[in-house]
Amino acid sequence: MAKQLMRGSHVIGEAATRAGCRFYAGYPITPQNEIPEYMSERFADLEDATFIQAESELAAINMVMGASMTGVRAMTSSSSPGISLKLEGISYIAGMELPAVIVNIMRGGPGLGNIAPSQQDYFQATRGGGHGGYRTIVLAPHSGQELVTLTMKAFDLADSYRTPVILLGDGLMGQMMEPVSFPDPIDPSKLPKKDWVLNGTKGRDTRLIASLHLDPVEMEQFNWKLARKYAAISEREAQHESYLLDGARFAVVAFGTAARIAKGAVNRAREAGLEVGLFRPVTLWPFPEKELRALTRTVKHILVFEMNLGQMLEDVKISVGEQASVHFHGRPGGVISTPHEVENVIKKLMYKYELDK
Amino acid sequence: MTSKTQKTTIAKAKTIFSGFGGQGVLMMGYVLATSGMNENKHVTYLPSYGAEVRGGTANCTVTVSDEPIASPVASFPDSAVLMNTPSLIRFEGGVKSGGTVFLNSDLVDVRPKRRDIEVVSIPVNSIAGRLGSTRGANMVMIGALVQQTGLVSLKSVIQSVKSIFQKKGSKVHKMNTLAIKEGAAFVDALSGS
Repeated sequence: MAKQLMRGSHVIGEAATRAGCRFYAGYPITPQNEIPEYMSERFADLEDATFIQAESELAAINMVMGASMTGVRAMTSSSSPGISLKLEGISYIAGMELPAVIVNIMRGGPGLGNIAPSQQDYFQATRGGGHGGYRTIVLAPHSGQELVTLTMKAFDLADSYRTPVILLGDGLMGQMMEPVSFPDPIDPSKLPKKDWVLNGTKGRDTRLIASLHLDPVEMEQFNWKLARKYAAISEREAQHESYLLDGARFAVVAFGTAARIAKGAVNRAREAGLEVGLFRPVTLWPFPEKELRALTRTVKHILVFEMNLGQMLEDVKISVGEQASVHFHGRPGGVISTPHEVENVIKKLMYKYELDK
Repeated sequence: MTSKTQKTTIAKAKTIFSGFGGQGVLMMGYVLATSGMNENKHVTYLPSYGAEVRGGTANCTVTVSDEPIASPVASFPDSAVLMNTPSLIRFEGGVKSGGTVFLNSDLVDVRPKRRDIEVVSIPVNSIAGRLGSTRGANMVMIGALVQQTGLVSLKSVIQSVKSIFQKKGSKVHKMNTLAIKEGAAFVDALSGS
């Protein structure tokens, strides 16, 4: 299919539709309003699809919960403060083991913050966010084309593991236009049948989908079940990109928009003769721990660059332990660093630790 | 003034478009980005977004590059297309030394202060008005921009505009093509003088 120039938010909407998403509920918030805008228009042409502009974020996430129980691929989207409102519902969805895709186009925070691109919701996304110690798979796209692949993958992962999946972008990912191409759409009726959905009891026993387990032992057993599921996800689904890491003596670790800027910084530093590369986590949970640890066989200094005060930094430290020194550069609040700025941080560190020789 | 023959292929160039709502500022950026895509270049288009008022300012940044684009943001753009006076005041300072500003001389009533940038003044409203409608002012400007910078070919701009406005019919396409060519001819005449 030919390439088309599309806004990131619209790309998410189109990719979701092509992945077989047939239920969307959302409530407006900048900088992601173009997602519901696109879904409303796109779903108007589809007989089997439902778009609802809900009365609140809370209503939207609970509508997604209900829709998911019936087996349909369901999605909601919002931006940081709106995601906070949805967390109760996301916890329930995790507790009911329902598939759902939740898009967070992050903005500056905390509180009402602003509408500029930020990565300040890393902790919220990768630590579950809501109550009860659940996890969500978190995917972090860094380009228009990756918005296509990861949005579609989010639905497959959600169905495979019966779990909420977060697509974690930011204002820049949502607003920027880049050329993208789409694969052929999936026919929702051809997707694997779900044997747990609530679709009428004619000819079968009743089913119950609930997150209520009054008996502590029963609740504990359910938590162990979740733990086994999370272990399986951690084992199988971690994904990352290695960029110019062959022969590198220094590595930058960054995700999403920050990783784009870091690539520019790495290119500039390479042109200046420095042996530096980029390790880009594509899944933030599960974090590509083993792969990053393996890198410390050759790289002893790592710079974590984020558009926050240092959140993924903790996962990097957990991954590498004492095997490498971890440094940090971050810009919170919606400020977008230039590649030049990050290049200077790389150069200073490599000079300081005599890695520029 | 740079002459047409001195144009070289630029590895990466960032252009800011700015003006007030209704001047077709975002459309100019979209046309440039689409043309770059159609020439198999790497492109990004980043609009300013958020709380804007009707008739307020609008701007967007377009990057056209032979290589993958790291940041779509331009702190120091190579070119700035400035359609009104507030845009000049806001963006003049950021243009890269040796860069170019394209001014809508019908509406910009002050001169740039800097001496290290090239200034191309085009009365795009007057030219478009003479062709039939001032609404084509942005098309005159994109023609001038592309002819001066060589970011993409004039031919792909005309093709992109045709596909973008496909639903508007052949009359609009003819008007747009004329406006784009007039903008290019104006720049040629400047460099010839």
